[in-house]
Amino acid sequence: MVDQLQVDGLRIVASTGDGGRKTIVSDVSFSIPRGEVLALIGESGSGKTTIALSLLRYVRRGCHIASGSIRLGDSDVMAMSERELRSLRGRRVSYVAQSAASAFNPSMRIMGQILETTRIHKTLPRKEAESRAVELFRALALPEPESIGSRYPHQVSGGQLQRLMAAMALITEPELVIFDEPTTALDVTTQIDVLRAFKRVVRERGITAVYVSHDLAVVAQMADRVVVLNAGEIRESGPTAQLLQNPQDHYTRELMAAARPALGCAGEGVASESPVLSVKDLTAGYGQPGKDGRPKVTILEAINFSIPRGTTLGVIGESGSGKSTLARAVAGLVPLADGTMTLSEAPLPGEMAQRNREQLRKVQIVFQNADTALNPAHTVARILARPLAFYHQMDGPQRDRRVRELLDLVHLPAAILDQPCVRLSGGQKQRVNLARALAAEPDLILCDEVTSALDTVVAAAILDLLMELQRELKVSYMFISHDISTVRAICDDVLVLYAGRIVEFGSRETFSAAPFHPYTDLLIRSVPELAQGWLERSGHPPSKGSGGEIAPGLCPFLDRCPVIIPGQCDRVPPPWHHLAAGNSVLCHHTQDALAGERAMDEGARSPRG
Amino acid sequence: MFVKQLYRRLGLSGCLGLALAVLWILLSLLGPVLAPHGPGEIVDYEVFLPMSAEHPLGTDYLGRSVLSRIMDGARFTVGIALAAASLAALLGTGLGLFSAVSSKAVDESVSRLMDALLSIPNKIFALVMIAAFGSSIPLLLLITGVTYTPGVYRIARALAVNINQVDYIQVARARGEGRLYLAVSEVLPNMVHPMLTDFGLRFVYIVLLLSSLSFLGLGVQPPNADLGSLVRENMSGLWEAAPAIIAPAAAIASLTIGVNLFIDSLRGRR
Repeated sequence: MVDQLQVDGLRIVASTGDGGRKTIVSDVSFSIPRGEVLALIGESGSGKTTIALSLLRYVRRGCHIASGSIRLGDSDVMAMSERELRSLRGRRVSYVAQSAASAFNPSMRIMGQILETTRIHKTLPRKEAESRAVELFRALALPEPESIGSRYPHQVSGGQLQRLMAAMALITEPELVIFDEPTTALDVTTQIDVLRAFKRVVRERGITAVYVSHDLAVVAQMADRVVVLNAGEIRESGPTAQLLQNPQDHYTRELMAAARPALGCAGEGVASESPVLSVKDLTAGYGQPGKDGRPKVTILEAINFSIPRGTTLGVIGESGSGKSTLARAVAGLVPLADGTMTLSEAPLPGEMAQRNREQLRKVQIVFQNADTALNPAHTVARILARPLAFYHQMDGPQRDRRVRELLDLVHLPAAILDQPCVRLSGGQKQRVNLARALAAEPDLILCDEVTSALDTVVAAAILDLLMELQRELKVSYMFISHDISTVRAICDDVLVLYAGRIVEFGSRETFSAAPFHPYTDLLIRSVPELAQGWLERSGHPPSKGSGGEIAPGLCPFLDRCPVIIPGQCDRVPPPWHHLAAGNSVLCHHTQDALAGERAMDEGARSPRG
Repeated sequence: MFVKQLYRRLGLSGCLGLALAVLWILLSLLGPVLAPHGPGEIVDYEVFLPMSAEHPLGTDYLGRSVLSRIMDGARFTVGIALAAASLAALLGTGLGLFSAVSSKAVDESVSRLMDALLSIPNKIFALVMIAAFGSSIPLLLLITGVTYTPGVYRIARALAVNINQVDYIQVARARGEGRLYLAVSEVLPNMVHPMLTDFGLRFVYIVLLLSSLSFLGLGVQPPNADLGSLVRENMSGLWEAAPAIIAPAAAIASLTIGVNLFIDSLRGRR
């Protein structure tokens, strides 16, 4: 077969701030036969995006391609003039960026932006280009393909925008498409739709593509061949099936292990003791409360749960489900509209101003993004010393000693004490973030997506650390995540949020087998498996966009539910059903129906698979 | 060793800026002592002489040494502008920070007050004040300082409001920290760099405002003269391309460019 793209001995060098040089990609060679998809996989900093961009002969400021050859079809990309490069970019090689939301211009209509490349390269007259765009919209399973182009970027959802971006890349029928982590920022339920759409166009049109990702499971669905990168070097490469079944390199195996968090290391809760936190009928939202006492926008409604001492409660749901608002409400950052909270048997006021220092100390919050959660102007020592001084009135050598102990607790070297936190790596920052919460000696730590921004290997280490700390310190966690496998791995109890309501609650064992709430089922089934062909086998219906408003009280999942009972679900508020495994679901279906639904579906699917 | 480190930190343009800024600060401190002649001393009967070994920057419209006049006048321009820019920066940053962490009512009233100040054209304000009280150095300092406060305030408040949303502030707030701690320890350190850049800009504006007031004859009064007055005095030398008018104009330019180069190179480096 003819190689569409051939990269040989690529070396990219960056100049560091103080005049030195650093090789960020060294001796990378690979080739892609026409019509195949090659995946570049690795952690952040592995050089995968740098390599992908270099295929356009584009490097970020301060970097340059030191040596190597890049051949696209018959032409030598490295030998091209500036003018030839311009006709290469967008026309022969196109790029799909990670964040479609920031890649679209918010003040221009979508169609205009999609047709831009055809206009610049004069490949097609406008009329024809438009009809080809509509054709692409249809191929990418976008709703209302005829008219979606006349909308503005903020009027479509994140998953749709990502697909529109693919349409933009495909409109010139390029010889090579570069997908740079196109689904990383999406919810699992959205990701699966986008992956399916991508896969279909790639296969139908025989597109040659480079797919950049950190997620092996996603890559397994998309790619024919995989190149594993670490620190700018190729660790291993080969056909996807071979690599998944028989990884040769130590690093590849590490990646695969991290992709599947081990079950069974959750803390042992002492059920007899009183709960650390219990929440009753919590309702919260944003904006000035109206006449009925409800906030302008209600985010959370009728939330009930309790967390026993030394255990972990997992909160799971897609973006916009109110997970973070729940953490902020417990921390007192979002006022309650209704409901009560109890902390260690004493009432906990919803307003932060009414809490005393003890109550503030006992509940600590750890934010998702350690980059913004640590003040860039402060050193590590200062960040850790402040809560000690604030809550425990420590100073002098006693405080210094405690700061060192805390660093030790989160496995960080004391040498980083006097460094400003901007110099730390992502994992180190998250450890400092955690150490700051521990400094208060809290009873409960609210972990808001603490591993979501980290690489899989680093995230796995942070999860281990969390569990270790729980065993040692008997601290409780509320662990918020959108990743059900993480939640299943470390949490004792799990609650599933959808549109601000709890739709299912149970211990983690109940989340390993059906029956589930239909939404939980959708969540679990949307997580890509580390096996080729999973995307084709998983045959759930594509989730529909929410149509109209759902009347208060009715099932919030109504408009996306695959097993809706017409006449009942859309009329009567759903009851709580307690299932045999111990979980409770907010659904009209009973145990048998939910279990049967799943079994039936699987039965229907297996012959096809 | 030290120079090398400095070069690495600031880069070429930063070092150049720093050198110019230091030169002007030294001149403003030591100028009167180092000047070859007194500022009022008539050194030659020829006016608007070109550059020569005897008179490095020629002579002015009365035959005085231009070099000595500039060395003597630098302290007025640099001194007043520095003091006024600092005044504006302190007032503006302090008020902006205060507004950002205060309640909505306080924020609104301070902001509208600043808007009112902003609506007065600064040259007209300066003219009115000078007409009412007569020109004096403390008054010039106060006028220029106050007219540039609302601009600083606007930027400081916007910055502080933005920083106030960031997670680390939320963390500190969730810890139960008071407003003063939030403002001074958490928000302020992250405003310093942009505010310094702004300071450079204000400094330049103030130098230009002072120079234009002096050019109109309303700034520093004879027998003293700042750089702006020097330009005005020697206007008639323009037709003879005398260094007497070019030199003070170049002095203003090198001062403002130097300060900006230096401050720009500070930005984004920690």
